Amino acid sequence: MNKYLERLVNGLFKENPTFVLMLGMCPTLAVTVSAWNGVGMGLSTTAVLVASNVIIAALRRFIPNTVRMPYFIVVVASMVTIVQLLLQAYFPSVSEALGIYIPLIVVNCIIFGRVEAYAAKNKVGLSLFDGIGMGIGFTIALILIGSFRELLGAGTIFNFRVMPSSYEPIEMFIKPPGAFLVLAMLTALQNKFKLPSATNGSGKKSALTCGGDCANCMGEAYAINHELNAEEPKIKKAVRKED
Amino acid sequence: MNNYFVNLIIILISAAFINNVILSQFLGICPFLGISNKIKSAVGMGLAVMFVITTASIICSLAFRYILAPMNLQYLQTIVFIIVIAALVQFVEMVVKKVSPALYDALGVYLPLITTNCAVLGVALLNVEKDFDLVESIVNGFASALGFTVAIILMAGIRERMAYNDIPKVFKGFPITLVTATLMAMAFYGFSGLV
Repeated sequence: MNKYLERLVNGLFKENPTFVLMLGMCPTLAVTVSAWNGVGMGLSTTAVLVASNVIIAALRRFIPNTVRMPYFIVVVASMVTIVQLLLQAYFPSVSEALGIYIPLIVVNCIIFGRVEAYAAKNKVGLSLFDGIGMGIGFTIALILIGSFRELLGAGTIFNFRVMPSSYEPIEMFIKPPGAFLVLAMLTALQNKFKLPSATNGSGKKSALTCGGDCANCMGEAYAINHELNAEEPKIKKAVRKED
Repeated sequence: MNNYFVNLIIILISAAFINNVILSQFLGICPFLGISNKIKSAVGMGLAVMFVITTASIICSLAFRYILAPMNLQYLQTIVFIIVIAALVQFVEMVVKKVSPALYDALGVYLPLITTNCAVLGVALLNVEKDFDLVESIVNGFASALGFTVAIILMAGIRERMAYNDIPKVFKGFPITLVTATLMAMAFYGFSGLV
């Protein structure tokens, strides 16, 4: 298969960031109260991801390995700011509905995960398609979860009435508890049918797999730094003994 | 003055319980689900988060008020805040290590995880969005972190009990944790009539 097409399929199915890698749970839970919100969040994240992937891939030879995290943070935060300003200018309703979750794309594990694991080591073209694949995979997942919650919680999908008028909406599904419940059922079904997912350990082995494993999230670089910090006194003691 | 004080108490209650960072705003879900299997580690994480969010609220609020706003650079807030928070966490780690090794032993492991915690950036952004002054930002930051700590410790307590329960096979692990979170979110949703 064409290697560019392979990146797209990988993001959509094999390593779908939401259903398989279970990354970026905060926006997934928070904004999926309707299908349209899913579209807005998904496409904003896709734009940030694609732009950051391309820039980091282009600069990968110039970024010193030891200080790569600050570089990534600045690039990603700049892209997020650009997207935020564009949304405010051209889609004020989307910007209103998503609120602080747009600037919070900066700390979305998907972005740092892909930048760190893929774009920092691969060519610009491949990174571009990796970003598109992952972004569209994330968008589709958000739309699916959003549609499901909107259907049960308001009886509509994309604001079109689907349920018969006698249907009494279960409002809980568009409220915070509904988000947790939908995700609980989703992961339970994944366990039941033994589908690949980070949460049951059967997903593709990846350093990025979340499943609540914070240490392997984008904080990894800080965790390593922390270990170095902790080792320092031991080294000093060893030196003293030698004296 | 009296009104201002009442206002602070309302901010405290609404940030800690009504708009709980985890259970109604979904900020900081990773540590909530990841580090909540033992009460001891949940307490450590909670205290570290409290410390960092309160400090970050102060610094970000100062940076926004006295550097960004006078220069009309408000649109740079996302970039500035994330860099300030990342630097702050590393700095706090170094200071705590030097000043209080005991505290470092207790909180050290959790500090690096906090940089990437969306709750810290989220609270800093909310302070700006709601146009809080310095004192209000500190109260809001502290109260949000308190809400985080309460939620994660409750979760850890429930999970410790649940370890001895008979759970359906497909619900073991992640799903049952999320079902617990659902019930907790429902309980906290009851606070919404409070203020």
